[in-house]
Amino acid sequence: MTILFDRDVQADIEVATRGALLGPTPAAQRELRAHLAAHGRIPAMDARTVLQLATDSGLTGHGGAGFPLYRKLEAVLAARGRAIVVANGAEGEPASTKDRWLLTRRPHLVLDGLQLVARATKATEAYLYVNDRVPVAALTAELAERQRAGLDAVSVTVVAAPEAFISGEESALVSHLSGGSALPRFKSPRVTERGVRGRPTLVSNVETLALLALIARRGAAWFRAMGTADAPGTMLLSVSGAVRRPGIIEVGHGTPLADVLDIAGGPSAPLQAVLLGGYHGTWLTAGEFANAKLSRSDLSPLGASPGAGVVVALAEGACGLAEISRVISYLAQQSAGQCGPCLNGLPRIAQQVRSLALKGGDRRVVNEMLRLGTIVVGRGACHHPDGSMRFLRSGLRVFEAEVELHLAGRCSRTFNDVVLPIPVAR
Amino acid sequence: MRTTAPTATRIVVDWTACDGRGLCAELLPELVSRDEWGFPLIPDPNVPASLRDHATRAIAACPRLALRLSST
Repeated sequence: MTILFDRDVQADIEVATRGALLGPTPAAQRELRAHLAAHGRIPAMDARTVLQLATDSGLTGHGGAGFPLYRKLEAVLAARGRAIVVANGAEGEPASTKDRWLLTRRPHLVLDGLQLVARATKATEAYLYVNDRVPVAALTAELAERQRAGLDAVSVTVVAAPEAFISGEESALVSHLSGGSALPRFKSPRVTERGVRGRPTLVSNVETLALLALIARRGAAWFRAMGTADAPGTMLLSVSGAVRRPGIIEVGHGTPLADVLDIAGGPSAPLQAVLLGGYHGTWLTAGEFANAKLSRSDLSPLGASPGAGVVVALAEGACGLAEISRVISYLAQQSAGQCGPCLNGLPRIAQQVRSLALKGGDRRVVNEMLRLGTIVVGRGACHHPDGSMRFLRSGLRVFEAEVELHLAGRCSRTFNDVVLPIPVAR
Repeated sequence: MRTTAPTATRIVVDWTACDGRGLCAELLPELVSRDEWGFPLIPDPNVPASLRDHATRAIAACPRLALRLSST
């Protein structure tokens, strides 16, 4: 196993390498020349071949839902009208950094992948949808360079997503690219059928596209040799919190999660819990995490899933309840405000959690937040209320002892550092 | 013998359009009640054939056009 560290990226991103995307030359492939030297041009292949590779490789989406790419491609192909393809790098999850890493360190793999799905769907328009934490000017320059080199059959427009948790949600993205605000829409019909400006639209996470670019060169069998039979290939993880070397790592699906912590340098302090999947994800006790594997089937009995690969380790001595409270308040503020139950319910839930975290109180506070949870779940245009409640409920379970302490007017916190990042409003 | 089951019909809320006016709960109390903010609570969205006409009327009466029937 090779572990490399990339020193010339932003200080908060270090890289441990042992996979397909990270490769042995972390810094070099930003430049088109280096990319072409490492990977060559996009192989000449027709639409059917791209679709076949997507099918044979078993490549699934890396934005969180894990939907098979070939099924999206087929749906777009079956729909009426000229298709549009979108690379989604909006990455609204505050603890996720892997999409930004890809767009900064492997932009040409992402852009190659975007051309491949354009080819497969016979698309006539392509977009790269990114948040403002990525260097948009650099991406635009790289696109111009690709154009001059004759690499891109379909020209790509870079669109900046508003800095908001739900900007990258598929229907919000479609609404923004159609000239509206980046807010989730009522989903009927699917965007693969009627997406951007009513046209069939393929929205794919940037990591999925980068992997497709490699599969096109190395073949479906190469991809299937990594990961498991059910979930082939690798995935990027954004690992942070109480580990010695926080950063982006790449591992095969099915990797023991204990190995994930090892690759990130091991815990920097005894751990009490790990958050898996981000702020719509699931808290696990340190023991549950260490005994599970990075796969849907292994994690689903725990109510968790690999999601978009966010892993945050929480050390003993941090107050889990305080962490939950800060995040739930943030999620309540991030409600798009369109759907009544979310708009009214999340702030009330956040208030209850804050009250328990700061003042304790009696069990009615806990019961009330859970009751409100049952009212908001499943009653919105997007999954923001559902994901927020998954985060809260799993936290109340994992930090049960902390909840009891707070009900008794105490707190186990021994240090004041906050762990989970909350974006500062700009 | 015909084995085709009648198409299941579900009542669907467009939450981005719903304002919680509450006409649906008045016209279709068999299926719809309201939460503490006035938004529709529909514990079972399946519309039995016997309520089909009532459901259609409630949907047509929504001032926000936030309801529809879905046959999936």
